Amino acid sequence: MNASNSTNPELENKELFKSGHTACAGCGVSVGLRHILRAAGPDTIVVNATGCVEIFTSAYPRSAWSVPYIHCLFENTAPVAAGVVETLRAQGNDHTKVIVIAGDGASYDIGFGHLSGMLERGHDALYISYDNEAYMNTGVQRSGATPWKANTTTSQVGSVFKGKMQYKKPLTEIVAAHSIPYAATSTSAHYIDLQNKVKKALSIKGPKFLNVLMTCVPGWGTEPSLSMQYLKDAVDTHVWPVYEIENGFLKMNLKPEKKPVETYLKGQKRFKHLTPEDIAQIQKMVDEKWDSLLWKEKCDQERLAALKK
Amino acid sequence: MMRKTIEGSFAVAEVVRDCVPDLVACFPITPSTHIAEELDRMYTDGQIKSYTAVESEFSAISMLVGGSAAGGRVFTTTDAQGLFLMHEVLFAASGMRLPMVIVNANRAVSAPLNIWNDQQDSISERDAGWIQIYCKNNQEAVDAVPQAFKISEDTLLPVMVCMDGFYLTHIVEQIDVPQKELIMKYLPAKRNAQYKLDTQNPISMGMYAMPKDYQGFRDDLHLDILKAKENVKKEMEAWGAVSGRRYGNGLWEEINAEDADILFVAMGSIIENAELAVDKMRAKGKKVGIVRIRCYRPFPAEVAKAFVGKKKIVVFEKALGFGASPPLYTDVSNAVREAGLKTKVYSIAGGLGGKDVTVEHIMEMLARVKKEKEPFQIVWGD
Ligand SMILES: Cc1ncc(C[n+]2csc(CCOP(=O)(O)OP(=O)(O)O)c2C)c(N)n1
Ligand SMILES: [Mg+2]
Repeated sequence: MNASNSTNPELENKELFKSGHTACAGCGVSVGLRHILRAAGPDTIVVNATGCVEIFTSAYPRSAWSVPYIHCLFENTAPVAAGVVETLRAQGNDHTKVIVIAGDGASYDIGFGHLSGMLERGHDALYISYDNEAYMNTGVQRSGATPWKANTTTSQVGSVFKGKMQYKKPLTEIVAAHSIPYAATSTSAHYIDLQNKVKKALSIKGPKFLNVLMTCVPGWGTEPSLSMQYLKDAVDTHVWPVYEIENGFLKMNLKPEKKPVETYLKGQKRFKHLTPEDIAQIQKMVDEKWDSLLWKEKCDQERLAALKK
Repeated sequence: MMRKTIEGSFAVAEVVRDCVPDLVACFPITPSTHIAEELDRMYTDGQIKSYTAVESEFSAISMLVGGSAAGGRVFTTTDAQGLFLMHEVLFAASGMRLPMVIVNANRAVSAPLNIWNDQQDSISERDAGWIQIYCKNNQEAVDAVPQAFKISEDTLLPVMVCMDGFYLTHIVEQIDVPQKELIMKYLPAKRNAQYKLDTQNPISMGMYAMPKDYQGFRDDLHLDILKAKENVKKEMEAWGAVSGRRYGNGLWEEINAEDADILFVAMGSIIENAELAVDKMRAKGKKVGIVRIRCYRPFPAEVAKAFVGKKKIVVFEKALGFGASPPLYTDVSNAVREAGLKTKVYSIAGGLGGKDVTVEHIMEMLARVKKEKEPFQIVWGD
């Protein structure tokens, strides 16, 4: 795609993720992709799952990618990436980095087993799950990443059931339990954190994983102009803790002073139906999770310090 | 020449190794497992560049997609449930025009579960956009693998080499296993990929197509598969020139067909039994012969040339076309009709799930076809 609608063509030409794609106004994912590619640099191959990103970046014959890009199916990014990287290495290329870009549906659900296989076998690739908390491309259906009580087209608000009746799958922790060298969370609004994590992950050999929260305007029912604000609120309310687990040791990267969960939930149509009791319950779950993460961090960091001595 | 007594699976593994693949990824399923195990052993001995024991056949074929897109020569082996688990990726691989080779160790599909031979698995994948070659014996299997890589890489079409499970994979016999030196006279040591994932020359692969473009891509794929008949023939010649072995014209093989009144048409290892049956019947003056379909996709409708002047042909196949006529019979009948021939086409399906089809059975089949005036469609032995 050309860069004609960029205000600064020189800067735009350096971007590896080009403007002119067809994402919605306020899409939190396209912002994230730009930062990911900035951090990754040009010696990178992107393996993408079926989902919003594939649709808004790669409609034949136009592509928003100026690095090599491959999309195959919804659920097989992990083994496709494994195939790319094993072949590159077999051919003597030990420098090119391979990054998976897959949605929460691809990562938490349909491609979950294949992701686990990639991690267990130790392929040298960075798997990035962009978590917009539902199957957005197909019209906002619930996924394993959809939070408790959220309204989606397959977890609707009816007279008997009100939103998703199950809890969000703790994917980052499940991934980290594979004893991989690096797993971390971030958001597309915390772009310095995100870029640093992409760079750090890519400096490590073996399987790496990033779980990045990214807003979806139609899916969450939010104002396009507030996409970054919601991600900031998700972190500031402790709803989306930003941490990294390096060689099994957890470290909280951001410890903002806690705002009430309402700050984040309000204004999102998917949470419009929540009762004060629901909100109190969410607050309780968020607080407990945060507390357990802090304890884990304390424990891990003390152990790490002891090991270093 | 390197004649040795060797199990079919191990012989195939040797040839795959000597085709110098960049990537091999497999998941065990009987009866293809020995090929996978042997390739893994070779990897652990440093004889092949990479081998990945994946967590499913779905991941095996997906790794091949990635490896082929990266410009590699890639291989896997599977059958039956494994092949079916790959189903979605098979279509994507051909649609993305990614060369790769599968050896399918033909096996019956569930349910009921059954590990023995028939060809329902690969035949059910006939519309996946793959070239399919059916081998009659292990000599042919080891000869077919280098040809498969060559055809695949030249046409940008994936190729499935089908060898009957157990009847071929587990049979130990003396064959000439082509050695690396010979293979390298025929096959480039490295795949020369025209398009690949390369950060020096970035391209996008596997993009989605709107209605105005989609059909064109699919039609191109169809036309290119049809064109690949020429590659299959050409490579039979070229491989024949280096190895001294040829199997018909690559698309089909005629055995005692010229002066025959009745032809037995089939695919795979059953042909060796049919050859014995035909020899016995010819010894008694019966004019019977064989036309073996070697390349099932693309289907060589030109095979009708071999049917000119024949009264009857009987198509025997190890697959059903549930709710319709059996698949190979359908293709052969079509070829007969398109060629404007009056030859009567009889259909016998059988040998399903390893049910024995003996030399005597084939003699009985041919005798029954000779006797019955009107064509029939039956399942043999039930
Ligand atoms: C096997 C299969 N099942 C279903 C689909 C339909 N489908 C395409 S994308 C998608 C959802 C994608 O969700 P996610 O991974 O969260 O990405 P998002 O669209 O939210 O970016 C679904 C269900 C498909 N392409 N393949
Ligand atoms: Mg999603």
